[in-house]
Amino acid sequence: MINLDRVTVTYPDAARPTLRDVDLTIAEGELVLVSGRTGVGKSTLLGLLNGLVPHFTGGHLQGTVRIDGIDTRHRAPRELAHLVGVVGQDPLAGFVTDIVEDELAYGMEQLGTPPDTMRTRVEETLDLLGIAGLRRRPLQSLSGGQQQRVAIGSVLTAHPRVLVLDEPTSALDPTAAEEVLAAVTRLVHDLGVTVVMAEHRMERVVQYADGMLLLPGDGRVLHGTPAELLVTAVSVPPVVRLGRLAGWTPLPLSVRDARRLAAPLRARLADAPAPYRGLPPHGAPVLVAERITVRYGRVVAVREVSLRLHAGQVTALMGRNGSGKSSLLWAVQGSGARAAGTVEVAGVDPHDVPGRQARRLVGLVPQTAADLLYLETVRAECEAADRESGARPGETRALLERIATGIDPDQHPRDLSEGQRLALALAVQLAAAPRVLLLDEPTRGLDYEAKAAFGAVLHELTARGHSVVLATHDVELVAEVADRVVVMAEGEVVADGPVAHVLGGSTAFAPQVSRVLGAGGWLTVGDVERALSAVAT
Amino acid sequence: MTISGRITAASRSYWLERDLHPGAWWLWALGLAAAASRTTNPVLLLMLLGVACTVVFARRGNAPWAAAFRLYLWLALAIVVLRVAFRLVFGGGEGETILISAPGIPLPSWAAGVSLFGPVSAEALLGGLYDGLRLATMVVCIGAANALANPKRMLKAMPGALYETGTVVVVAMSVFPQLAESVLRVRAARRLRGDAGSGLRALRAVVVPVLEDALERSLRLAAAMDSRGYGRSGEASAAGRRLTGVLTIGGLVGVCVGIYATLDGSSPRYLAGPLLAVAVAVAVTGFVLSGRRVRCTRYRPDRWRTAELVAAGSGLTTLVLMWASTSDPLAMNPPVSVLAWPSVPMLPAIAVLIGALPAVLTPHPAIEAGVPAPVEPAPTSRAAESPQAVG
Repeated sequence: MINLDRVTVTYPDAARPTLRDVDLTIAEGELVLVSGRTGVGKSTLLGLLNGLVPHFTGGHLQGTVRIDGIDTRHRAPRELAHLVGVVGQDPLAGFVTDIVEDELAYGMEQLGTPPDTMRTRVEETLDLLGIAGLRRRPLQSLSGGQQQRVAIGSVLTAHPRVLVLDEPTSALDPTAAEEVLAAVTRLVHDLGVTVVMAEHRMERVVQYADGMLLLPGDGRVLHGTPAELLVTAVSVPPVVRLGRLAGWTPLPLSVRDARRLAAPLRARLADAPAPYRGLPPHGAPVLVAERITVRYGRVVAVREVSLRLHAGQVTALMGRNGSGKSSLLWAVQGSGARAAGTVEVAGVDPHDVPGRQARRLVGLVPQTAADLLYLETVRAECEAADRESGARPGETRALLERIATGIDPDQHPRDLSEGQRLALALAVQLAAAPRVLLLDEPTRGLDYEAKAAFGAVLHELTARGHSVVLATHDVELVAEVADRVVVMAEGEVVADGPVAHVLGGSTAFAPQVSRVLGAGGWLTVGDVERALSAVAT
Repeated sequence: MTISGRITAASRSYWLERDLHPGAWWLWALGLAAAASRTTNPVLLLMLLGVACTVVFARRGNAPWAAAFRLYLWLALAIVVLRVAFRLVFGGGEGETILISAPGIPLPSWAAGVSLFGPVSAEALLGGLYDGLRLATMVVCIGAANALANPKRMLKAMPGALYETGTVVVVAMSVFPQLAESVLRVRAARRLRGDAGSGLRALRAVVVPVLEDALERSLRLAAAMDSRGYGRSGEASAAGRRLTGVLTIGGLVGVCVGIYATLDGSSPRYLAGPLLAVAVAVAVTGFVLSGRRVRCTRYRPDRWRTAELVAAGSGLTTLVLMWASTSDPLAMNPPVSVLAWPSVPMLPAIAVLIGALPAVLTPHPAIEAGVPAPVEPAPTSRAAESPQAVG
């Protein structure tokens, strides 16, 4: 179905080709996962499949790309629309119309599909993806998971043979991600669509994949089954790391496989000291929020939430999309809307003081960290941050260097990788040395290595006495870095406690290691590793 | 089937709830608006207002654009108030019945012809009221069309030649709210950096990220549209494009001049009927030629059936009858110099009432079936997630 023959892609001004001498063949009806660190050429590889590379992006293409026997060299992406469906990272950015039904029909209208056929295909697609109830809804009003399913449906109505998905679940909570992945696997099984999917959160996808494309970063593309490639890969999901640690063969890819192999490990761990994942000792709270309420018109986003934050702790704020996490963070910081309630940091309510002073009390890095940045170079951005926060000159640069080394200060902030941009935004906010730091979805689009680096930064911050709050969907990250978890639903706190207690007992939020090993408080591979070495000595 | 059976079946299918073709409502509304432009008789104008409101309240759906009709009513009221207020402020002394004899403010010689305050006569106020009422009625008629027909479906009903223009308009309409959201988000982020500064630097700090965001978004949208086959059909030769362009634009300019001349009684007559006819022919040729290139199909196009004829026909009948009844100019445009209750001419009054027929003679709009109440209480998940999206 997909055939790449000695493909090399070089962008103008690039020192070396992004992809070099790639040969690969993907058979019809396969689900293939594309994996690799950010910036290694995953998007380029996906773009090749419908001709966006090089027709839309520019760059030099050598070799041939054939989709269903058709060479993409002389076909613009629109000429391949009936063959390849592409869904981008942010579904909202790709919507052309404003109603679900019209969006599903748009692609067919372009292809000149007869009206009768259009009518039946729209109905079929609505049912296939489980969105029939949403047909007249405005696209803007849908939740993230619904939008993603509509985006998939909108390319599916053209009956493409190949579906290309770029990070389809990265912005979704675990349940919404499951919905989308269930829809995708149904397409593969029922319709025989070939799916090529890039995804950082491999733990969500890898068990469904037939094949895997691994981009090690030197322009090569390794092709194999996930089980083969993950034996040596650097970025792997926790269940694979656990499998490597325990020496399981074949390497398990899903929690279910791992659980069947886990009995001996469980026995060994029975004698091991259980990991201590309670709350670290703490004194008086640094931030006290009482009965915070946020409302937008008649919608109550946060309902009388009280929260105490302690120095030296990382608190994870979890809950599905729209449960009021962001609203709570903004209200606590003081610059967001707050209908009622009080916040007290060092005897002051950050809402009542000017922004300059509020950010010394509570710093917030918003969901789109790039919003904080507006200058042309990293250097200028750092200098502006020094001025704004009254820090001594060079303070922000030093912070940035500590968080992420080796960022070229003359680069434009938009040209940085996701991880580097997050580091810059963090450094800018840390320059004011806030006692409490709030982070809204910081790890969106970060790969495993970047997340590990981010975890180390959080550790350093808490060691220096900051209190950190992290709103996130990323269960594995929370298991690694958080001390305490607060779960929200419909604007209220439904669970609050030490990480092992909240995550371990949850069906939706349990991390992979805990699912494999069952009760016992094991959350991360690191926990298990330490326990095993303690047993060995 | 018997004849009476057939008639029953036909009438059942006629009354079946459905949304009428947006073009029908627009023709109806434009007919009423053009009829309003022919008269300053306040009774006729108030009747027209009543007719427009009756039809809207009888046949509008429950969609958001239908609720916007209230805004048009407020706008109409504002127009009337402003018109009268202008007469008060900029002097309205022409006439015999002086109501207020306020002192005028002398203006320098370069502002000759404009006076500020001064005596106000009842005649001047009445003139302002009639004038404002006429404009307000026309605005309400347009508002009625907007309330009855989904503006975006109107774009979809455009001829093939305007397909791409329609797409651009729809995209632009969805981009504007996104741009506004982007501005709010970036301003919230500026506050997070404690930068409450004002002036050029603060403006730049908002404008630069917003523009970068908009640029990135439009690139992503362009890539998505390209991937989905937008612009797949229809490569025309340069000469062909030029010809259709000249025909379309020339025709449309001619139509504008023609309509103006038709509505304005004092223009030369050869600019009215004949030019309008020629211009329409030219424009239609242009549309047909360029429409031939477009090979897109339409999903669930609106169909033109009997009920559409009834709606459009009633509006146009109002217009034609109004037109025909110019025999009594004093009744159509009652002089404000005589302070008397205006008489109501028979034929125009009947004409206006014909405009109300769609309120009873067209099928009800379709109620959206099968749409369950939204599960989440939040209007949008985004709004609840990011406070700045709502403000």
